[in-house]
Amino acid sequence: MTLLRVAGLEVRFDTPDGVVKAVNGMSFELNEGETLAIVGESGSGKSQLVMAMMGLLAENGHASGCAEFHGKDLMQMSPRELNSIRGRHIAMIFQDPMTSLNPFLTIEKQMIEVVMHHQGLSRDEARAHAVEMLRAVRIPDPEERIRQYPHEYSGGMRQRVMIAMGLLCEPELLIADEPSTALDVTVQAQITDLVAQLRKQTRMAIILITHDLAAVAEISDRIIVMYAGELVETGNVEDIFYRPQHPYTQGLLASVPRLDRVADDELQTIPGNPPNLLELPSGCRFRDRCSRAMEQCLQRPPLWVSDDGRKSRCFLPMEGGRVEQADAVDGEAA
Amino acid sequence: MNKPVLRVQDLAVTFTSMTGGVFRRKQRQLRAVDGISFELHAGETLGVVGESGSGKSTLARAILGLIEPNRGRVQWMGEDLTGLEEEALRQKRKQLQIVFQDPVASLNPRMTAGDIIAEPLWTFYPNMERLQVEERTRGMMKMVGLLPNQINRYPHEFSGGQCQRIGIARSLVLNPKLLICDEPVSALDVSIQAQIINLMKTLQRKLGLALIFVAHDLSVVRHISDRVMVMYMGQAMEVSCKTDLYRRPLHPYSNALMKSVAIPDPKLARAARQESWLTGDMPSPFQRPKGCLFHTRCPYRVKRCEADVPALRRMESGDWVACHRAEDLDLSI
Repeated sequence: MTLLRVAGLEVRFDTPDGVVKAVNGMSFELNEGETLAIVGESGSGKSQLVMAMMGLLAENGHASGCAEFHGKDLMQMSPRELNSIRGRHIAMIFQDPMTSLNPFLTIEKQMIEVVMHHQGLSRDEARAHAVEMLRAVRIPDPEERIRQYPHEYSGGMRQRVMIAMGLLCEPELLIADEPSTALDVTVQAQITDLVAQLRKQTRMAIILITHDLAAVAEISDRIIVMYAGELVETGNVEDIFYRPQHPYTQGLLASVPRLDRVADDELQTIPGNPPNLLELPSGCRFRDRCSRAMEQCLQRPPLWVSDDGRKSRCFLPMEGGRVEQADAVDGEAA
Repeated sequence: MNKPVLRVQDLAVTFTSMTGGVFRRKQRQLRAVDGISFELHAGETLGVVGESGSGKSTLARAILGLIEPNRGRVQWMGEDLTGLEEEALRQKRKQLQIVFQDPVASLNPRMTAGDIIAEPLWTFYPNMERLQVEERTRGMMKMVGLLPNQINRYPHEFSGGQCQRIGIARSLVLNPKLLICDEPVSALDVSIQAQIINLMKTLQRKLGLALIFVAHDLSVVRHISDRVMVMYMGQAMEVSCKTDLYRRPLHPYSNALMKSVAIPDPKLARAARQESWLTGDMPSPFQRPKGCLFHTRCPYRVKRCEADVPALRRMESGDWVACHRAEDLDLSI
């Protein structure tokens, strides 16, 4: 069953220097219980995409398109309606757990507030539920530690608390925006473990937003790769890792330093830098950094699609794919 | 082998923190760096790896005298830096430079790229000809992969990777002999990380720098290091040459750090998840475990580890390890 259907989503920001097109014509679907990773470099629009869906854009941001959750368009909802969905049905976890937690309140206070607000539980019930969630994310001595303040937790534990808070209302969708980027590798591995366990034990759908493909190899069903505000490739996790089609995806994979292989002297890189969103090049946005760029890349590349849901936006043909004819509508207007 | 350029002996940094309010004031000691020793030769790279709180950044700063060590010595070209007066130490800094973690925050937003790179020249050579400074600045920009015509741009006009290139150019403009990089890539995107690591490696070869490369991730330092020091709670757990470490780590903590690195391959990653490698968090630095510092998290601990502190000792291979069980554990990858 489709849980979330996003179509033609656009995000623009008005800035003193001009209009920044952060997200362009993003369309995708997410099924119940599915884990989707959205991967891209800074500036790729991966975070703004979900912020727009959740009504959390900065003041100078404008979004259009639709994002249907259970068939109801989040983009058309009033702030009040959105509020009843956020936290309850869709939970979000952000990159920096310290800034997302209130330093003046105990973990207990912050956690039970959420449950009492959304589920109408009594204080004692809410507390028992919160302790149970802390135990689920493997906080040791949860009965004791729930009385502590955020600064008494380590970085990794804070992020686990954030996840526990996200899970309190048993949401159908958990969105995690770079949940482990600011953390040590050892803690990253623990968070990955935790997400792997959640996928097994709950029917919750998960959207993972990250710049690091390696971090989501183990725990995602499907991957969307974004570049400069656009979808450049999508497919199931095996296709993306074993049969990447788009030169950008190939480049991203090659630039991950690996410990399970003999080291080359030189790391593979993608040369250059992501384009300035104020001065996007015409045609393929990845062109300037692409090792396989051709003359025709000055034109807008076609979107290849296949029956099993793979897509790639490139002039290089995608195996088993055909060119999407209706593509012109959700592309950029120019 | 010729003489090392840098010799660090038993270096220790202790921070004192006050707790308990005005009337029950208590001093607590935090041993951030606790007896680190190593040598570094010209053209050699030492990777320093550990979790946050392991003391790796404090070590980097203590070597440069940016933090005063409580104990131990730092010898640069045979001269003791720890005893130097401020001005003498400042002069030495021409030869000893550092690149910081956050490329954007460590650049002054109101200065142009050119001014940022040239500032050390103005500081140390106030009489240098303007044209000469500009020429040198443009040369540095070219060397780190920036366009010399970007000389008048401000930091916000550059991407994170480019900002780090500016930071590197600034740190190299005085022709240092030693460069310390404190997590220079951890704030950057994966594709850009690889660019910066390759750049550092090229520059190091070209300039014959002695390099200390601090990171929290063993996969990042692999490509650039000759030897790697693995730190935990201020102490060295292992100091091994690259080939040995990545083939067969000697210390369970090195092994755990290695197992924590995500593998960009779904099948291998799922298979590797069978065993959980490192549980729990690093203990509070105010309550250091007795015996081996790592024993509270070590899957291989025996009774002895809880009581006896393992000394850092030299193995037959020439690598160093602080583990009672180094001989009987086989942690081959």
